[in-house]
Amino acid sequence: MTDAILRTANLSRRFGGLNAVDGVDLELRRGEVHAVLGPNGAGKSTLVNLLSGDLPPSAGSIHYDGREITGLPAHRVSQLGIGRSFQKTNIFPGLSCDENVWLAAQSRQRSSLRFFRPAQHNRAVRELTDASLARCGLGRHGQRRAGALSHGEQRQLEIGMVLATQPQLLLLDEPMAGMGREESEQLVALIKDLSRDYSLLLIEHDMDAVFAVADRLTVMVNGRVIASGDVATVRASREVQEAYLGGAAAVGS
Amino acid sequence: MINMPRSISLFLLAFAALLALYPLWGELAFGERAEFFLQKLTSILILAIFAMSLDLLVGISGMISLGHALFFGIAGYALALLAPEYEAANFWIALPASLAICALAALLVGILCVRTSGIFFIMVTLAFGQMGFYFINDASFTGGSDGMYIMFKPELLIGGWQLIDLEDKQDFFYFALAATAAVYLILRMLIRSPFGRVLVGIHANEHRVRAMGYNAAVYKVVAFVIAGTLAGLAGFLAASQYGFVNPAQLGWHSSGHALMMVILGGVGTIFGPLLGAFAFELLHYLFESLTEHWLLPMGAVMIAVVLLLPHGLAGGLLALLDKRRAGGEAKTASDAPPGAEAAAND
Amino acid sequence: MDLSFLLIQLLNGVQQGLLLFLVASGLTLVFGIMGIINLAHGAMYMIGAYLAWWIGAQVGSLWLAILIGVPLMLAVGVLIERFLVGTLYQRDHLYQVLLTFGLILILNELQSILFGNDPNSVPVPELLAGSIQLTENQSYPVYRLAVSAICLLLAAGMYLLISKTRLGMAIRAGASNREMVEALGIDVNRLFTLIFAAGVGLTGFAGMLAAPLTSVYPGMGDGVLIICFVVVVIGGIGSIKGAFFGAMLVGLVSTFGPVLLPTLASVVVYLAMALVLLVKPRGLFA
Repeated sequence: MTDAILRTANLSRRFGGLNAVDGVDLELRRGEVHAVLGPNGAGKSTLVNLLSGDLPPSAGSIHYDGREITGLPAHRVSQLGIGRSFQKTNIFPGLSCDENVWLAAQSRQRSSLRFFRPAQHNRAVRELTDASLARCGLGRHGQRRAGALSHGEQRQLEIGMVLATQPQLLLLDEPMAGMGREESEQLVALIKDLSRDYSLLLIEHDMDAVFAVADRLTVMVNGRVIASGDVATVRASREVQEAYLGGAAAVGS
Repeated sequence: MINMPRSISLFLLAFAALLALYPLWGELAFGERAEFFLQKLTSILILAIFAMSLDLLVGISGMISLGHALFFGIAGYALALLAPEYEAANFWIALPASLAICALAALLVGILCVRTSGIFFIMVTLAFGQMGFYFINDASFTGGSDGMYIMFKPELLIGGWQLIDLEDKQDFFYFALAATAAVYLILRMLIRSPFGRVLVGIHANEHRVRAMGYNAAVYKVVAFVIAGTLAGLAGFLAASQYGFVNPAQLGWHSSGHALMMVILGGVGTIFGPLLGAFAFELLHYLFESLTEHWLLPMGAVMIAVVLLLPHGLAGGLLALLDKRRAGGEAKTASDAPPGAEAAAND
Repeated sequence: MDLSFLLIQLLNGVQQGLLLFLVASGLTLVFGIMGIINLAHGAMYMIGAYLAWWIGAQVGSLWLAILIGVPLMLAVGVLIERFLVGTLYQRDHLYQVLLTFGLILILNELQSILFGNDPNSVPVPELLAGSIQLTENQSYPVYRLAVSAICLLLAAGMYLLISKTRLGMAIRAGASNREMVEALGIDVNRLFTLIFAAGVGLTGFAGMLAAPLTSVYPGMGDGVLIICFVVVVIGGIGSIKGAFFGAMLVGLVSTFGPVLLPTLASVVVYLAMALVLLVKPRGLFA
């Protein structure tokens, strides 16, 4: 029996008449890097939102680390150990990088309903914040205002914020969206580094990056999974080539 | 603002000292009317508490409540209803009781309102405020639209000794000044605390705060209850000072005036609304000496502030300080109030 | 409680609901499409009512007053949108609240200065001044039936406009789909001005119709505004259908509520709102 840290069964989400996600069976093994690919409209964003608890499913189930998490709200899912980063940068632009990550790190305290001592005095949060900033490559940029960072640096901050919530599973939603060549390469290196310590579910468009880091692939088209397995097999699959890789939707970087 | 520039703290200290020394300069400034202005200052300090409590919601947490006066009024009415008719209430019973009733009301209203956000939230807080107004206006045990009188100010005894006589105008003034300072310090402490950090995050990006693992609704309700209870403190003091409560105090116009003080002073800074209360009452006094329709120029001022000086007096002060300080990054010309962003240490 | 009494209350409730719908529809469209909270909406109702009274007194006819008054209200709407509200689109709701609140203060005081603080009655037009016999001993004012009929016609017209025309499509697309609206070949700025002015016009018109029923008095706008908010909370933001059913619900509850639950008379509508909030926080027709 493979050790699956995340498993979905017949996961579906309908919007009116549209089946955005249709009967998806997905399995993420402990310690692997699993990429989900698909053209625009394939349902990838909806899938991420279902897994992170931002959207309740219309049908099906999600199991994480052996327990059912179907329908749990986002904050509960985060507390259980799934850390999700966002495709559209979702930071606090008016705060410094340090403060952005701090808030994420603070979430791991037993309770933030603490009113008396200044937040800064918490040593554990301080250490976690520093470590997360360093891990995502922004160790020396803590005092800079997040809104003033370059696009690539903001994507790094996104990841830093997720790391600070001490997840076991990272849900990275198109982390390389809008990045140039060099920035993408840096991020690929970061992802490879992260894969040593976390299980990763990577939603991506960027083919080259995916093939460089992924252990297994799942390909989605129109809300359905059309292929899933190790990289070589999926790449060679005719359905995948027709529907996605060879067709108009092929996206190189 | 997580960290207050030292110059602002010094400014506030000087301001407090100036007020504390009123008995020395009051007669010089106002002659025969010194005692009248002492009472005026007292009522402004009480309004400052009201305005600061609202800033916790509006400026720090991004929850725009148009029904905050509900809690101001509930505490006042609680005192009126609890106070015996012909003798002074016991301060040590009346205040905690009034605040407890207020907190309970804020909890119930807060739990319902927090299920909404944005425009919806503004509307439901307004509606609940009005619900309170109509209830009190129509109920018989509250004196209806005529209101109720509180014949005697609460009696404040410590170990059988009357250290503070609230009937004495000067004692009451110092009491109000101490209360205002205490509320200010409490709010500053809250902002610096882990709780305050979460609120600032919620204001900036609630979705992300939830994605990080916080149950944002709980934090918003707690903020609502704290703010409502502090507003109740102001209401209790106001009712004690005037000896009179009436339904209009709970109405949405009252809430609107509080919001005006917040924006006039500078939203999100806590000390801004304190200044805003003074500015609002100053304008009120000036305009009313010109015309009974003082709300007309006040409305015009409000529109002018929104269009021309959205960060209020405090914003202007902080911008001045920023210009003087060498280096630092340029502020973006957005509506994000200085309060929601971290200010660098002085 | 006899049947004819119930019938009267029902007719009243429906009429109140329909008038409320006119006011609430403008409000909910401005919320939903433009993302703007306009507190001065109630003041527009008051201005309409006062125009009906004052112009009506000058020209001796309510119809003429309405004929003159509605274009005036539309013009007022355009001016307010162009010079005040239009500056608030991308800004925090806080500033919208404060600017429109300032506007209310100015308008209320102006009204007080110009027309004083006493209520004034407005005569019902002669044509509609009679009553019809409902039952043996109950009659019902024709004017109220006429008001209901006019409101129903307008409601039907709005429904057709929104569901059948390109403009209606643009309206349904909402503020979040600016690009789509522009792709339909519609100038978004003009659309916003149109919607805002239409909202003001509808509300003012409702005030004019209501004037003979409620007389005109200071602060009449405030009450309507808050009730409208309740309607929108119950019905859902941006939904005309929601505004219709919410308004009918509120109209009926505020008519029957005081009769069935006299102790809770004034707050029964708010209790209904609280109930909806508990069950469906985004409104019944979100």
